[in-house]
Amino acid sequence: MEDIKKRIKYNKSWNYFFLIIGLLSTFVGLFLLAVLFIDLIMDGHSRLTYKFLTSFPSRFPEKAGILSAWVGSFLVLLVTALSAIPIGVAAGIYLEEYAKKNWLTDIIEINIANLAGVPSIVYGLLALGLFVYFFKFGESILTGGLTLALLILPMVIMATRESIRAIPNSIREASYALGATKWQTVQWHIFPYSLGGILTGIIIGLSRAIGETAPIITVGALTFIAFLPSSPITSAFPFISFEWLFDPFTVMPIQMFNWVSRPQKEFQINAAAAGIILMLMTLIMNGIAIHIRYKFRKKIKW
Amino acid sequence: MVKDNIKAEIRNLNFFYGTNHVLKNINLSIIEKKVTSLIGPSGCGKTTFLRCFNRMHDLYPHNRYEGEIILLPENINIISNQIDPIEVRMRISMVFQKPNPFPKTIFENVAYGMRVRGVNKKNVLSEIVEKSLKGAALWDEVKDRIDKPAFDLSGGQQQRLCIARALATNPEILLFDEPTSALDPIATSKIEELIVELKNNVTIIIVTHNMQQAARVSEYTAFMYLGEIIEYGKTERIFTTPSEKLTEDYITGRFG
Repeated sequence: MEDIKKRIKYNKSWNYFFLIIGLLSTFVGLFLLAVLFIDLIMDGHSRLTYKFLTSFPSRFPEKAGILSAWVGSFLVLLVTALSAIPIGVAAGIYLEEYAKKNWLTDIIEINIANLAGVPSIVYGLLALGLFVYFFKFGESILTGGLTLALLILPMVIMATRESIRAIPNSIREASYALGATKWQTVQWHIFPYSLGGILTGIIIGLSRAIGETAPIITVGALTFIAFLPSSPITSAFPFISFEWLFDPFTVMPIQMFNWVSRPQKEFQINAAAAGIILMLMTLIMNGIAIHIRYKFRKKIKW
Repeated sequence: MVKDNIKAEIRNLNFFYGTNHVLKNINLSIIEKKVTSLIGPSGCGKTTFLRCFNRMHDLYPHNRYEGEIILLPENINIISNQIDPIEVRMRISMVFQKPNPFPKTIFENVAYGMRVRGVNKKNVLSEIVEKSLKGAALWDEVKDRIDKPAFDLSGGQQQRLCIARALATNPEILLFDEPTSALDPIATSKIEELIVELKNNVTIIIVTHNMQQAARVSEYTAFMYLGEIIEYGKTERIFTTPSEKLTEDYITGRFG
């Protein structure tokens, strides 16, 4: 009896040990993030005004704003999302549900995993050759968006595949046994049931894309832009214009980098303020995605 | 007394997983609107045999059929390459070992087979769903929560839901793959009663581990061992006066 009690005590001591380690590890991450955020707010709060959001950059720090940067980031990300999500999800579904399992698909799988680890500047160089010089898209929003799409494509594909794999095979068999085709099974079961996981992958991908600087500079984003891309809505027929796709642009991290590299103290404050906005943009984006994911998961009860 | 019609005729059926010869030269007749049970020890190939009937093996690579399963009265060989497996599955439904409802509502689970067939009108679907749930003896338990998730149901109810889902498409043959092995005795007896009821309208083939179950629900029994049919006949005869030594050893519990 005494032996058993001793044993239980010993076993539990390891349990508590991990509890403490786990708790500390969690707090390290949270604590660092909080410190970072508080530090940014302390530095930048004085510049966080409505005018900061609606002004173009300027050589006078107190007049400078981030209008062109956040509009640029938003539009670039829009292009990224609209191209990477459908392509990535379709590729993931194809590889998981349609492709035969053989050495070729094995090689593709390994390569996609490797692509996720390729440094982003390399994607920048590839995109410079492909989109700017070959397709002649110019140093434009389209080029920037497609570059970041290339960057996050492997993440979207892998997230799609992982969450499809989590669906039990019995669900597929149940669907096929009723005479469903592959597409009907994908459309009614595989895609809706894996959407939560796919969205997580998309969130991670887009959050990474919004903070990327190197590949965007490589494809020729400008560091100083005092105008907005042309409006997508026009007064003349057909009222919708895609000209903005081919306009030059800048994005938030480049604007920040530009300010940080200035000697004046006031520009550093601007950089911190832009940092806060960038983090807020990321948080809002994640919040929306988590909300959508929650709504979808609520409908699907295992 | 209605004359027994043959619904399916199996001739020289062989089945291979890659190079593994799993089913060996099976010859059997399945009688229409009767229950035929397949019994035998684990790994004897009874589930593999059952899954030939709705071409489930086509979903995975390296599987090969040889021989014929002739579906009557059309006289078509449902395992031939010329026949689309989807066509076969539209006519022959299956209930699996573990209840596998879709993570959708009760209604959508039952309606799915008809949606696959392009039926989308709500009133048509409602009618079929009600009829199928009544057919699976589940209607009274779920009629007030038809739009609630199927996973809220108990295991036995989930399995009856799967039966309703299989019934909704009005199949000619209904395949059961150890349908009660994951259920408690009360749920099991409900399913067994249901199977006895269902055979008035549909031909049933059931794989079971449980010999009492085979004796209770089926008219015909085939005993399988190592991929072969050792003995086939009226259930009563197989269980009282088996002609093969192997069958007798199995049903008396000497092995298996």
